[in-house]
Amino acid sequence: MTRHITLKSAINEALDQEMARDPKLLLFGQDTAGGVGAGGVADTWGGVLGVTKGLYTKYGDRVIDAPPTEMAYVGAAVGAALSGVPVVAEVPFIDFMGVCFDQLLNQAAKIRYMFGGTAEIPLVIRTMVGAGINGAAQHSQMLTAMFTHIPGLKVVCPSTPHDAKGLMIEAIRDKDPVIFCEPKFLYETSGAVPADPYTIPFGQARIAKEGRDVSIVTYGPMVPRALEAASQLEQKGISAEVIDLRTLSPLDRTTVLKSVMKTGRLVAADEAHPRCNIATDIVAQVTEQCFTSLKAAPQMVSAPHTPVPFSPVLEKAYIPGAEQIIAAVSRTMASHA
Amino acid sequence: MSHDKKEQHAYNASIPHDTVLSAYRRMKTIRMFEDRLHEDFKTGNVPGFAHLYAGQEATAVGICSHLTDQDQIASTHRGHGHCIAKGVGVVAMMKEIYGRQGGICNGKGGSMHIADLKKGMLGANGILGAGAPLACGAALADKLAGQGHVAIVFGGDGGVNEGAVLESMNLASVWKLPLMFVVEQNGYAQSTPQQRTTSVSSYEDRAKGFGMPAATVDGLDFFAVYKTAGALIQKMREGHGPVLLECRTVRFYGHFEGDDQVYRPAGEVDDARKNHDCLKLFAESARNMGISQAELDRIDHEVAELIDRAVQESLKAPHPALSELHDGVYVSY
Repeated sequence: MTRHITLKSAINEALDQEMARDPKLLLFGQDTAGGVGAGGVADTWGGVLGVTKGLYTKYGDRVIDAPPTEMAYVGAAVGAALSGVPVVAEVPFIDFMGVCFDQLLNQAAKIRYMFGGTAEIPLVIRTMVGAGINGAAQHSQMLTAMFTHIPGLKVVCPSTPHDAKGLMIEAIRDKDPVIFCEPKFLYETSGAVPADPYTIPFGQARIAKEGRDVSIVTYGPMVPRALEAASQLEQKGISAEVIDLRTLSPLDRTTVLKSVMKTGRLVAADEAHPRCNIATDIVAQVTEQCFTSLKAAPQMVSAPHTPVPFSPVLEKAYIPGAEQIIAAVSRTMASHA
Repeated sequence: MSHDKKEQHAYNASIPHDTVLSAYRRMKTIRMFEDRLHEDFKTGNVPGFAHLYAGQEATAVGICSHLTDQDQIASTHRGHGHCIAKGVGVVAMMKEIYGRQGGICNGKGGSMHIADLKKGMLGANGILGAGAPLACGAALADKLAGQGHVAIVFGGDGGVNEGAVLESMNLASVWKLPLMFVVEQNGYAQSTPQQRTTSVSSYEDRAKGFGMPAATVDGLDFFAVYKTAGALIQKMREGHGPVLLECRTVRFYGHFEGDDQVYRPAGEVDDARKNHDCLKLFAESARNMGISQAELDRIDHEVAELIDRAVQESLKAPHPALSELHDGVYVSY
């Protein structure tokens, strides 16, 4: 059975079904239940934006409200996973990763390698990414590239409810540490999601829209903006293919390269800052591996090299949208290699 | 009357009326600022998140009343009260929360990042516990300058457990920094009760572990906070090292606007408003000191006008120019 549910509900459903499947699996984070032990109603929050709401009621003490001490509880999640207890831990905003970065950068990511390939760390770190809710500079960043840079971590960022559920179940069943980046701006968007559990393998991009003239490669919150751009370009007679990477590490190079070899043009888009982001990575790899297929210089669409501003008008100007993607496509159509 | 109460009464009587009235004005300004934001959030005109300080006014004002602009404070996500207590302009604060031109940070920061370095206000903060290391640095600068200035870092039941705070307590102790760690114990870390987040019921026990003197005070009683903080701050100015002050207080509103607080026991918030309202306690003490209700009423009226003007001016203020987006990232680049 397939229903239309929100991206937020799809993640909740994935967690619910995996908690039911694996009685060892724990969830913890800040207010993951919310209000437990306060004397009023428990399970009131489900995390800061309500993704895990209802799970404490079903799974009790396996859903734990940790003190807001990211270094300790993220590190504990790494240690528990290493000791055979799988954990989904929540760092509410990716901006807060600064507080616990060592436990991911130097511990979770490297333990298996340093220990000669003997360790398994079945760990998922859930975290919200991206701007668009007036969260200002410390609650809005798109820091996916920082984690993608690190060998030993896997990085996921879905754009649809369907993918969110399938990728979350895959992330939980995966034996490596996964940074699961949830685009909070898309939490309330709806889409068709099968009711039964299913997985989507990592490293398989999705062709969100087929096209002939240009490949728009992106992920997460930029996917609906790219589709909007593609739809407007269609009216101008330009057929754009939109590729949703779904996982940034591992990366599905094959699908990207095949698409560019077909279209000959590339626009890579990332909501992150412009230096060393996913768009620059895609452009570098495509340029290196299929230079002769390119009919025009690849173009990149990113946010500016500034922190995320609070003012709603400045934030709107900050976030790259369909308009910037269309402009980038136009540049690729105008120039000839 | 107990000995302690007698001593407090005698102390209260020694505080100049101007100081008392000025403190009342600041506390009332915080209350009306927060109450107004709570109402205006429902209109949809206020963007972003806001974490309101109402209920805790006596703590911020009781401490900051001892500070000059050269003394620095580091605040939290629940920072409006600390800002007002430290003398940050209310109109510019309101404009900032509305994200408008003329905001104290040009609309770039919003509620969670209000700062005014000229007033010794090192910023609200969106990262729990992040103010403590910054305050160590401010206190180090104070110590090097040798002018007797001090730094204060505020934190609550959530932030106080962060590694950054615990490391700062150690650093401040070994470097003998003039830094006061203020723990505003309102019983909640977001929605999670203190007993589930903190290993000790008294933060004084934490201070002991770092070899730091500490005191606990009724954070709802301005006069008690003022007296205890005053003595501790004076010692820091004289070259003694860091201290911890726990202020037991209450939070009237939710963690942020939109949090309906149903996790709190039924009646807890009503009881706090009715029986543990620091402004009611203040007015009672002030009247006992011979300050007339009419004087307090006059301040209430002026504050109400100020808050209303702040909102009206914020609504009228233009949005920042789009060129602002790129300004202020670096000094030079």
